[in-house]
Amino acid sequence: MDWSQLLSSTFLWYALAAGLLVAVVSGPLGCFAVWRRMAYFGDTLAHSALLGVTLGFVLHIQPTLAVVASSCVLALLLVYLQRRQNLSVDTLLGILSHSMLALGIVTMSLLQINVDLLSLLLGDLLAVSSQDLLLMAMAAVIIAGLLWYLWPKLLAFTLHEELAAVEGVPVDKIRLALMLMLALLIAIAMKVVGVLLITALLIIPAATARRLSATPEQMAGFASLIGCVSVVVGLGMSVVWDSPAGPSIVLAASLFFLLGQVRAARA
Amino acid sequence: MIGPNGAGKTTLLRLLLGLTKPTSGAIERRPALRLGYMPQRLQIDSSMPMTVSRFLQLGIDDVSVAAALERVAAPHLANARLTDLSGGEMQRVLLARAAARRPQLLVLDEPTQGVDVGGQSEVYQLIAQLRDELQCGVLLVSHDLHLVMAATDRVLCLNQHICCHGHPEQVSKDPVYLEMFGDKLALYTHHHNHHHDLSGDVVDNGCHHDHPHALTPGKTSGPQEHN
Repeated sequence: MDWSQLLSSTFLWYALAAGLLVAVVSGPLGCFAVWRRMAYFGDTLAHSALLGVTLGFVLHIQPTLAVVASSCVLALLLVYLQRRQNLSVDTLLGILSHSMLALGIVTMSLLQINVDLLSLLLGDLLAVSSQDLLLMAMAAVIIAGLLWYLWPKLLAFTLHEELAAVEGVPVDKIRLALMLMLALLIAIAMKVVGVLLITALLIIPAATARRLSATPEQMAGFASLIGCVSVVVGLGMSVVWDSPAGPSIVLAASLFFLLGQVRAARA
Repeated sequence: MIGPNGAGKTTLLRLLLGLTKPTSGAIERRPALRLGYMPQRLQIDSSMPMTVSRFLQLGIDDVSVAAALERVAAPHLANARLTDLSGGEMQRVLLARAAARRPQLLVLDEPTQGVDVGGQSEVYQLIAQLRDELQCGVLLVSHDLHLVMAATDRVLCLNQHICCHGHPEQVSKDPVYLEMFGDKLALYTHHHNHHHDLSGDVVDNGCHHDHPHALTPGKTSGPQEHN
C-alpha cells in the first residue's frame, strides 16, 4: 500500500472530517438518548430516513435536506402519537421503526429509484463529497450551538420534566429542540454509518463514557472523544483491511465499550 | 389537601401549578408568583452522573449549596450522587431545591412518599421550619391524615369535588369527612396498638415503652377525640 499516495487523497480526509464532525455532536446527544432512554426513538427516526431519501428523489430535493425534513416531520408525529396512544411507547416505536424501514425500501423499488441501498443502510463514508461535508458542518454547528445554548434547560428537563416546567423551563420547546437536533444528526450521520447503525453511534460512546464520568458534562465530553477515536480506528480498519467504513466504526466503538466493561468488572 | 385515591388531588395540584390546562374555569395567580415545587419523587436514569450539589445549582442563580442543605439538615449529602440517595434523603434534597428558590408558595406533593415512618414526622417538622424561615405559604397533598390535622391551618377535603374545607378541627367533625375517613382513622389507632403474627393472633413483642414517632395512638386525631 502506498501510504503517501493514500494520505494525499482528499476522499480520506473528507471521510475523516465527516466522521469526526458527526462523532463530536453525537456524543452529547447520545448522552441524552441514554439518560432519557430514547434509543428506540432514534432508531425509528433513522429508519424513516430512507423514506426521506425517496421523497427527495421524487421532489428533486437534495437528499440530506430531504432527510432532515422527513425526520423532523416524523419526530413531531412521534411526539404527538406518544401522547395519544395507549400502546406502550416501546411497542409503538417498534411498529413504526420497522414499518418505516420497509416502506422506504418498497417505495424505492416501486419508484425504481436507482440508489445504492447498501450504502444508505450501512453508510458510505469514503464517498463524502465537499458539498456533503459543507452541509454536515452546517448541521453540526447548529446542533452544537443549540446544545451549548440550551444545556442547563436540557438537563433540568431530563431530570424531571414537571419540576422543570414549574421552575419556568419551556419544556415543550425543549422537547421539540431535542427531537429536531436528533433529526438533524440522523440526516448527517446517515452518510457516515448508514441508517441501520446510527443508533449505535449515538448510544455506544455515551454508554462507554458513563463509567468514566462524574458530571453530565464529562460524560458528554468523553462520549464525543470515544466517538472520535472510534471514527479514526474504524476508518483505519477500513483502509487497511478494506472493510466497510460505517460498520468498522461501530465495531471499534463496541470494542471500547467492551474494554470499559472488562476494566470495570476487574476493579 | 386530602382525599381518597382518585379524588382529584393530583389533578387539582397540576392545575394550580400550570402543568395541566383547565378545560373550563380560570385560575387566578398573583403576577410573578415564585413557586417552589417538590415532586413526589425524582426518577432519574442510573446512567445520569450528577451530584446533589450540582442538582441544587442547576437552573438556580447564585444558590448556596451548603445553606440549602443545612436548611434541611442534610449538609453531608453535598457530594453524594443523586442515584445513590435513599427515599428520605431524596425528599430532603428535593425540599432543599424547592426552598432554595425562596418561594412565596411551596407546593408539596405527598412529601413523605418512600420515607420510613420515623422520617415522616421529621419531614413535616422541616416543612414547618421552612414555612417560618421563608414566610411562605405551603400547599400540601398528603395521605397522612393525623399529620395533616396536626400541622395545617386549613384543610381541603376532596372527592371529585370539594367535600368540606376549613380549620382541621372543624373538618374533622364534618360528617362527610368522618364518612370518608372514619374507618381509616380507626384502623390507624387499632393498627399501632399491638402486633399480629401471621395467623392473626395478637403477639406481645415485649416492647412496652412508647415509641417517640408521630404515629403513636395518643397523637392521632381520631374522631372519638372530637366528639
